[in-house]
Amino acid sequence: MTDSLRAETVRLTGHDDHEIEAYLAQPLDEGRFGAVVVIHHMPGYDEGMKEITRKFAAHGYLAICPNLYSREAPGASPDDASAIVRALGGVPDDRLVGDVHGCVRLVRSLASSNGRVATIGYCSGGRQSFLAACSLPLDAAVDCYGAFVVGTPPEGMPLKIGPIVHMAKDLSCPLLGLFGADDRFPSPQHVAELEEALKQAGKTYEFHSYEGAGHAFFSTDRPSYRPEAAKDGWQRIWEFFGRYLASRDG
Amino acid sequence: MCTYQTEKLQVSGSAKGPKGWFSLSSATVYFDHPAHQPAEHSLNIDFLNLDAGAPSRVAVELDPASARELARTILETLETVGQG
Repeated sequence: MTDSLRAETVRLTGHDDHEIEAYLAQPLDEGRFGAVVVIHHMPGYDEGMKEITRKFAAHGYLAICPNLYSREAPGASPDDASAIVRALGGVPDDRLVGDVHGCVRLVRSLASSNGRVATIGYCSGGRQSFLAACSLPLDAAVDCYGAFVVGTPPEGMPLKIGPIVHMAKDLSCPLLGLFGADDRFPSPQHVAELEEALKQAGKTYEFHSYEGAGHAFFSTDRPSYRPEAAKDGWQRIWEFFGRYLASRDG
Repeated sequence: MCTYQTEKLQVSGSAKGPKGWFSLSSATVYFDHPAHQPAEHSLNIDFLNLDAGAPSRVAVELDPASARELARTILETLETVGQG
């Protein structure tokens, strides 16, 4: 193992054959690897998300993070792009699924792919990770504090998203959920409702909620960062992906 | 973070961004995670021209007390000149 990796901006075909930007990180060691599609948080395709993408590659996974705001704000700074997309109503669900599907196609086409792919998403991306896993055949999915899988958005909110807990029956893979007990979106009640839906549907899932943590406890560059929750959360992620994305070659 | 509390309104006016002055089409007001302000939440306002793309944006992130003071001052100023 050399610990070498390569990270770069790539173009890929997303929803409706639209070309979008993505950040691809790959281990350079010999072998075949599982892949992770990293779905960025609402603040966008920013430095923190790229850092997380490289972290997966450093741990032996192919990792790709699509810029979900490529269409509305190509080349814009992440905060400008996020503001524009917020004002325009957010990322439509069908477009999200199409863009993730494009990422899945790309990573599976790489010679170093073992064929297994997971999604992980943070904040709005947590909901989108669940959405993708209910819409596409995947091997694992992680939902990090995704809001509005359960629950109705505040009235008048311009974001055109709604609850998708009814899709639990279509979940194609095991789900790891990591939540902050102090979060409001999703609240502990929302998390409990999602857990009940997964249980009723007979799905494989593993949930952890952290006391003293709220939303975005993984974000090291924000005051919401909670080191203890993040450290344990990362450990859960490595164990989960080790179980479900491990190389088919052994 | 991510309270999702967002209000969008149409506005008429102008703002000066990185590329100079531009006409405004809308503003979004939300209490959510800031990009720069070192706080978990802030009152954020984006002044936008959605037809002109991402660079046509002027953004502010205010702590709640500052936002209230600003709102009160704006209303008082307009009342003083008979435009309230």
